[in-house]
Amino acid sequence: MTENTLLHEEDPHQEAYTKNIFGFWVYLMTDCILFGVLFATYAVLYKNTFGGPSSKEIYDLPFVLKETLILLSSSFTCGLGMLAAHSGKKKQVIAWFALTFLLGVSFLVLELGEFSKLIQEGNGWKRSGFLSSYFTLVGTHGLHISVGLFWMVVFMIQTAYKGISLVTLRRLTCLSLFWHFLDVVWIFIFTLVYLLGATL
Amino acid sequence: MFGKLTAHAFKHDALQTGAGVSMVLGALFIAGLLTYHKRWKWLWSEWITSLDPKKIGVMYIIVTFVMLLKGISDAILMRLQQMVAVDGAGGFLTSDHYQQIFTAHGATMIFFVGMGVVFGMMNLIIPLQIGARDVAYPFLNSIGFWLFTSAAVLLLVSLVIGDFNATGWLAYTPLSGLEFNPGEGVDYWIWILQIAGVGSLISGINFLVTIVRMRCPGMTFFKMPLFTWSALGTLILIIFAFPILTATLGLLSLDRYLEMRLFTSGFGGNQMMYINLIWAWGHPEVYILVLPAFGIFSEVVATFSEKRLFGYVSMVWAIIAITFFSFIVWLHHFFTMGASPKVNAFFGIMTMFIAVPTGVKVFNWLFTMCKGRIHFATPMLWFLGFLATFSIGGMAGVLMSLPPVDFQVHNSLFLVAHFHSVIIGGVLFGFFSGATYWFPKITGFKLNEKLGRYAFWCWLIGFLTAFLPLYILGLMGATRRLDHYEIATGWHPLFTIAAVGAAIISCGIAFQILQIIVSIKQRHQNRDTTGDPWNGRTLEWSTSSPPPFYNFAILPHVAERDPFWAMKQKGEKRQPKEYKPIHMPKNSSIGFFIGLFSLIFGFAITWHMMALAAIGILGVIVSLICRISEKETDYYVPVSEIAQIEKKQ
Repeated sequence: MTENTLLHEEDPHQEAYTKNIFGFWVYLMTDCILFGVLFATYAVLYKNTFGGPSSKEIYDLPFVLKETLILLSSSFTCGLGMLAAHSGKKKQVIAWFALTFLLGVSFLVLELGEFSKLIQEGNGWKRSGFLSSYFTLVGTHGLHISVGLFWMVVFMIQTAYKGISLVTLRRLTCLSLFWHFLDVVWIFIFTLVYLLGATL
Repeated sequence: MFGKLTAHAFKHDALQTGAGVSMVLGALFIAGLLTYHKRWKWLWSEWITSLDPKKIGVMYIIVTFVMLLKGISDAILMRLQQMVAVDGAGGFLTSDHYQQIFTAHGATMIFFVGMGVVFGMMNLIIPLQIGARDVAYPFLNSIGFWLFTSAAVLLLVSLVIGDFNATGWLAYTPLSGLEFNPGEGVDYWIWILQIAGVGSLISGINFLVTIVRMRCPGMTFFKMPLFTWSALGTLILIIFAFPILTATLGLLSLDRYLEMRLFTSGFGGNQMMYINLIWAWGHPEVYILVLPAFGIFSEVVATFSEKRLFGYVSMVWAIIAITFFSFIVWLHHFFTMGASPKVNAFFGIMTMFIAVPTGVKVFNWLFTMCKGRIHFATPMLWFLGFLATFSIGGMAGVLMSLPPVDFQVHNSLFLVAHFHSVIIGGVLFGFFSGATYWFPKITGFKLNEKLGRYAFWCWLIGFLTAFLPLYILGLMGATRRLDHYEIATGWHPLFTIAAVGAAIISCGIAFQILQIIVSIKQRHQNRDTTGDPWNGRTLEWSTSSPPPFYNFAILPHVAERDPFWAMKQKGEKRQPKEYKPIHMPKNSSIGFFIGLFSLIFGFAITWHMMALAAIGILGVIVSLICRISEKETDYYVPVSEIAQIEKKQ
């Protein structure tokens, strides 16, 4: 099936497709506000180091750049997976999403490594308001990534069994929207938290 | 394994034990009735697993009514305490219990009565009013309802097991932090609100998409009925505001569970951050509650004046303006907490400004009645009562928008009187009006008029008796949340009058319960056979009462506002045309299980039973996976069945 036949059938699933994508966008906007709150909290608290380390002392920019590049490439492979999904190539879909999954996991491993290093150095979230807000903001993003990875596995299995139908295509589209959204959030974290924090 | 839960959690004073026991007995009694009448299967297949918004709406209203009774019992206890606890007499409530009661009263009324009313009415009316057969996501609708219900159940559980929050309904930090409140009360509060809040967010997205994408052909935005418009405003507010609540509660729980330092007094935390965030949700919440009531009144006043609503376009713009401005007034909840004069001035001016669109609405309603043929049926009486009480409350609010005045009355009973005037007079009267108005549509028979009038007069007089003294008390310096005071203050007579008011309101409630019972008994006399008992104007009246589960056999086409009125004027009738098979969702029990597992999770995490909490989360995830693996979630209603149902009407 090609994109055209998939998207122009006279059928209630077609209506559900566009409706669900729209609804998912609305959901993403609510998530955006949630992150907005966390960014605001970080902005308010980030000078409150309470004798602990400041942002300048703990951020390791080359390391964060690695994380960023991995996450950005995972967005790229996710996009390729969606292209394959729209042209109905099941095996390619699974391959691209498997690659995306691996990249996502490596991002998560790096992030957790960074967290555990901070905690071992005695700079855990209990140390200061600044560190609490830092762990909350970056950790919430990491939690979203984990949720995304979980659903990626579920949808890959589903696609493997059911093939690509309007329903699985719809779910993959939502997942890819979610994934790109997390990438955008990360760009903001990279800029506002790490770049600004390491220089100011 | 039991976390912090010990036998001690079950020990309460006599009053609490009594409430808990009667609640458990009540639940057992209902379970017994269901067993005796062999209704469990019916309950399961017709209601619990139903995805029909009309049924979900009825369930919302039932849960809301139970919670309303609970919230009112709290209120009566407070009124009695303040009447008797004078001059050394301690009253019958300990101060700790009293604090739990006022916290529970606020949380119950806002989250379970206010929000329940909002989503109940939307479920019942929005699809019918926009000429749709269903909501956008029937399954999400069911999840939203069951999350709401499981949060309500968790609130009731806190009556029996352990203590509830005693920090006030918004749990300001640092009081609600680990340092000053290490017990389970705040945790109960956090997870009750978190579960209910996520439910509201899900339902909010569902109804927003319903209104934006599922209106019948021809119904452009500026042809939508006003209840739908006000619901749209509310939904936009929910979508912008509830994520703030979710995040704020999340941050507070990080402080409490992981010992973060976000809102603590030491370690570089910032308590004002919490207060700003919670009100950045809390103020829009006020409008989330009241906008649908405005919408209901707009429908009621036009119908019972037999006139087109005056100033439709200005009404719509007023809703849009309120939606927008409600996000830039939150700081007026804490003018006294040390913001600079310039900041206070900005928020004061914005607060005054938001009264303008509200005033526009009031005048439009008055002009609608002007030269109309007014029928003083019960829904209209509630509307007139609203006009009086809401105007009093609204003007008190504008008064308090001046920071210097607010410094005098901040945290006083004047404030309490103000927001009860707008919430009881606005939200609750709006709901009563709408419930009476749409009751025949949903059930097929009208409510008893006479008892409805009695209930209305008790509520109105009781309300004025209970809350006008509070304005005076507030000006005399009585602060809110008092559990005792000296006789020399001279407050005692006024507190006594207020308690009498609460008693009169209770009579109103009694009449309402009686009204429902009598109306059900007399249902054959009051049956609505036309589908249009009030000479209505909008699409919901064009279908039968109660509507078939698919609402409309043939989707209506709309050319103007008040489409049904226009159809009647032109003498058009519903002609049976060629039916087509209708696509409908199948029932699903998964929403119920998601609610159940969320309840388990909420209870477990409150008591730090981490294994059980993990089971709860896992249950939710497994339920979701079951749902997406289901093969046939929808079906077509065959033409023969539609023809049969339509013939009966």
